[in-house]
Amino acid sequence: MPRFAVIVFPGTNCDFETERAIRKAGGKAERVWYKTSLKDFDGVILPGGFSYADYLRAGAIAARQEIIEEVKEFARDGRPVLGICNGFQILTEAGLLPGALRPNKNPRFLCKWVHLRVNDVETPFTSLYEPGEIIRMPIAHAEGNYYVDDPSKVRIVFQYSDEKGNVTEEANPNGSVLNIAGVANEKGNILGMMPHPERASDRFLGSEDGLRLFRSMVEWARR
Amino acid sequence: MKWKVRVIVRLKEGLNDPEGRVIGKALRNLGYAVENLRVPKCFEFELESEEPEKEVEEMCRKLLANPLIHAWEYSIERVE
Repeated sequence: MPRFAVIVFPGTNCDFETERAIRKAGGKAERVWYKTSLKDFDGVILPGGFSYADYLRAGAIAARQEIIEEVKEFARDGRPVLGICNGFQILTEAGLLPGALRPNKNPRFLCKWVHLRVNDVETPFTSLYEPGEIIRMPIAHAEGNYYVDDPSKVRIVFQYSDEKGNVTEEANPNGSVLNIAGVANEKGNILGMMPHPERASDRFLGSEDGLRLFRSMVEWARR
Repeated sequence: MKWKVRVIVRLKEGLNDPEGRVIGKALRNLGYAVENLRVPKCFEFELESEEPEKEVEEMCRKLLANPLIHAWEYSIERVE
């Protein structure tokens, strides 16, 4: 059974939910303190939270810890690395994904459900979605305003949209360039996303759309 | 040698500064004709170093700023 490491930094707070979602998706998950080694894992997840209390810039300090060097090696081997919310901020700060996450256009914390359009189903994280499918997940962040110099060079996996899939300004919660909610590296084995799939992994939470992301990862790791 | 360092990190020209916008608006509400308010971050520290400029420049690039969205400047003053 594929084993996934859920890395915990001081201030991480979505590790338990993420672990649970992976288990529900059929994988084995282990919460690992950021001073542990990542050997023997098939995938790595940087969960949401407020690593180092978001001091300096969200994700900036976690991105400079030793374990990130191991995550980089892990990614170079082609194994899947997923960053959710604060994890996405860490991945951009570490240079593993292009771009940066700035404070929301309206500078306040956002906590709400959004619709996403799935643009790229050729990644280990999205293979069980339909191209162009509209899914529902919650966001919860203050710094999710994605910026990149040249968006045409970026592999856009998720975009904020309305429920019909139109990518409009009204559907953009935080001011992200091109409504970007999630991006992958060129190879596709690193994904960063602001919405929380683990909070949409059970019907009683309001949506199960996020569960397929973890199922995709588990299936991909089994291959 | 010991140095006193002050680093200022600001969002690059043309990038939206939401915090600055809100504070500027609050000042305008108080009746001041404030425009284009920005909120840079300031770091002050003491540094033991033989090459302070080189090290401070490195610190900015590695951690204090995100070179994609920030510009920075600093002053270095000898203490002893």
